[in-house]
Amino acid sequence: MAQAPLSLLAIDHLLTEEERAIRAVVRDFVDTRIKPEVADWFETGHIPARELALEFGELGLLGMHLEGYGCAGTSAVSYGLAAMELEAGDSGIRSLVSVQGSLAMYAIHAFGSSEHKEQWLPGMAKGELIGCFGLTEADHGSNPSGMRTNAKRDGQDWILDGSKMWITNGTVADVAIVWAQTDDGIRGFVVPTDTPGFTASEIHKKMSLRASVTAELVFDSVRLPEDAMLPNVKGLRGPLACLNEARFGIAFGTLGAARDCLETAISYAIDREQFDKPIAGFQLTQKKFTDMAVELGKGMLLALHLGRLKDDHLITAEQISIGKLNNAREALAIARECRSILGGNGITLEYPIIRHMNNLESVFTYEGTNEMHTLVIGQALTGLAAFR
Amino acid sequence: MKIAVCVKQVPDTWAEKKLRDDDSTLDREAADGVMNELDEYAVEEALRLAEANGGEVVVVTMGPERAAETVRKALSMGADAGVHLVDDSLHGSDALATSYALAEVLAARNFDLVIFGSESTDARMSVVPAMVAERLGLPQVTFAQKVDVDGSKVAIQRQTEYGYDDVEAELPAVVSVVEKINEPRYPSFKGIMAAKKKPVETLTVADAGLDAAKLGATAAWTKVASFAARPPKAAGTVVTDEGDGGAKIATYLTEQKFV
Ligand SMILES: Cc1cc2nc3c(=O)[nH]c(=O)nc-3n(C[C@H](O)[C@H](O)[C@H](O)COP(=O)(O)OP(=O)(O)OC[C@H]3O[C@@H](n4cnc5c(N)ncnc54)[C@H](O)[C@@H]3O)c2cc1C
Ligand SMILES: Cc1cc2nc3c(=O)[nH]c(=O)nc-3n(C[C@H](O)[C@H](O)[C@H](O)COP(=O)(O)OP(=O)(O)OC[C@H]3O[C@@H](n4cnc5c(N)ncnc54)[C@H](O)[C@@H]3O)c2cc1C
Repeated sequence: MAQAPLSLLAIDHLLTEEERAIRAVVRDFVDTRIKPEVADWFETGHIPARELALEFGELGLLGMHLEGYGCAGTSAVSYGLAAMELEAGDSGIRSLVSVQGSLAMYAIHAFGSSEHKEQWLPGMAKGELIGCFGLTEADHGSNPSGMRTNAKRDGQDWILDGSKMWITNGTVADVAIVWAQTDDGIRGFVVPTDTPGFTASEIHKKMSLRASVTAELVFDSVRLPEDAMLPNVKGLRGPLACLNEARFGIAFGTLGAARDCLETAISYAIDREQFDKPIAGFQLTQKKFTDMAVELGKGMLLALHLGRLKDDHLITAEQISIGKLNNAREALAIARECRSILGGNGITLEYPIIRHMNNLESVFTYEGTNEMHTLVIGQALTGLAAFR
Repeated sequence: MKIAVCVKQVPDTWAEKKLRDDDSTLDREAADGVMNELDEYAVEEALRLAEANGGEVVVVTMGPERAAETVRKALSMGADAGVHLVDDSLHGSDALATSYALAEVLAARNFDLVIFGSESTDARMSVVPAMVAERLGLPQVTFAQKVDVDGSKVAIQRQTEYGYDDVEAELPAVVSVVEKINEPRYPSFKGIMAAKKKPVETLTVADAGLDAAKLGATAAWTKVASFAARPPKAAGTVVTDEGDGGAKIATYLTEQKFV
């Protein structure tokens, strides 16, 4: 009898009952609500973001690892496992949740005033309010320190000018966390998206993360009150702290996509016969499966190790880089290999694989490209920065 | 209102079920345990009734140690407390014994309403709710697709082949539900975390004041004499269409006496 790749390593042995219970809820939700529809969402490039946000809110997925303000306050490992199950559905669906919880809500939770928290977090936890996070600009991606978006004082107010590119949830958001240059260095701003001068337009013609909203934000003399600024952080440390939260989730999430690819390919290969036998029975195919299952298992052990470190408040940014670097890279490799195993069927949306594969191209790039994480780890190992 | 829900842990619906070679009972270690699906509907209905009418929901299960997970699942959905009857001597209990044990546990706790699923997915006898009601001397309104509580009365719609029957009973009463009744909620993450802190009474046979002689495999009124695995599906007959496919299929159907 065929054994599932992760049960081969008895990964569940490393999880608590609570972690398994949370995972079971998300898996069930993804199986019944996401998987049957996501291929269509991907094909049409449209997701029912508002509805989904409310459903996620009801489960407790949004800002699930944050304390208070209606958030569930789960462990980091539970958060990672939820990301993994969501991404077994689709990386775009996981992105909606990551950006909401780990970028937008986390920024407010960690760096906002108590008024910011009271105003935004409960509604965001419920999914009634959606958030986005604007760091990247068209000309400043891997190097956000060069950003041009700026906020200048006008009396007590702020005037925000500039633009942000590739912003997940951008056109469906009620609130944007926008990072901008000020006389005082880079600061974060809480920007209600109905403020005059704020526009968001959707980016079309994507071949990846099609079941996710990606947008360009433009700020044309957006007037904000003095208290729009996040008071408790200054400099790039702010956005980077948020990104670390989200990258942690991605270290788990990518494995969900990889697992779904591998399980799909294995069951396909057991059924599919060529040369009068199942293609799973050929040594070449088995070598692919073995290598992929080994990588998936290693990635899972890495992610869980990071999760335990995070729950013990010991995790470092470099460790998160190892997780993001390895697991996004290996998940993408697994998706590509699985794609080949399905032959012609591998290129259709009838199977989830090419969707995961294309999605993982984005995941490989966002939240710090593979190269950036390589340089972070290289610097940790040598003490020498090689970014410039 | 004090509502009890009886829930059973069963092997995962999708897992291959096996009987044990040694004593012909279900091999509960071979597959993950989950809450019997219909019992999720029972829990949901209890929660809705408690939310609408005020009151407390207590889940009751009889089963091995890991059935505690099923109790916690119900608690994570929102039930207030649990009772778990667990004892090696319960192993192999038949439906009569199960109903005896559950009835005693329930009788000692004075519930206004006891809700059951109408059938388990593993043994599928659909008799436990009725047996428990008989033992408690309570009215049973079973196979409900709708339940309303009004003061001291419970009214249900019983699903039938031709539609439904309206049935009423005085409280306290026993209700069993069918899956049409509602859509069970997912446990929320907060609920999952809160479940750990909710009270669960773990009882042995002695704690519950049960007579051990009436329980377990030796006391069972029925015995599994023998069992066999389902024979593998025979290879089908392939009919090649050489312009006469229709005729060949007709011949086959006539030979098999289908037509
Ligand atoms: C679908 C999607 C959603 C996104 N969502 C968001 C969001 O919600 N919020 C947000 O702020 N951003 C978001 N992003 C932006 C994302 O974070 C950036 O695309 C990413 O940081 C890379 O920036 P870039 O695209 O400008 O590429 P570039 O920085 O131009 O990089 C191009 C290539 O050059 C390499 N490179 C750059 N510098 C070096 C170097 N020093 N050494 C070696 N190689 C180098 C990179 O690794 C990469 O391979 C999203 C992107 C995508 C695709
Ligand atoms: C393959 C097999 C065959 C069997 N054959 C027989 C037989 O022929 N005769 C016999 O007497 N016994 C038999 N048994 C034993 C029988 O399954 C158990 O006694 C069982 O506890 C009662 O029956 P059920 O699961 O069919 O319950 P059902 O009557 O189908 O269950 C209805 C509801 O009762 C409640 N309930 C049932 N069990 C529990 C529990 N342990 N704790 C809490 N609530 C519960 C649930 O709400 C459930 O939805 C058999 C068991 C197996 C595995």
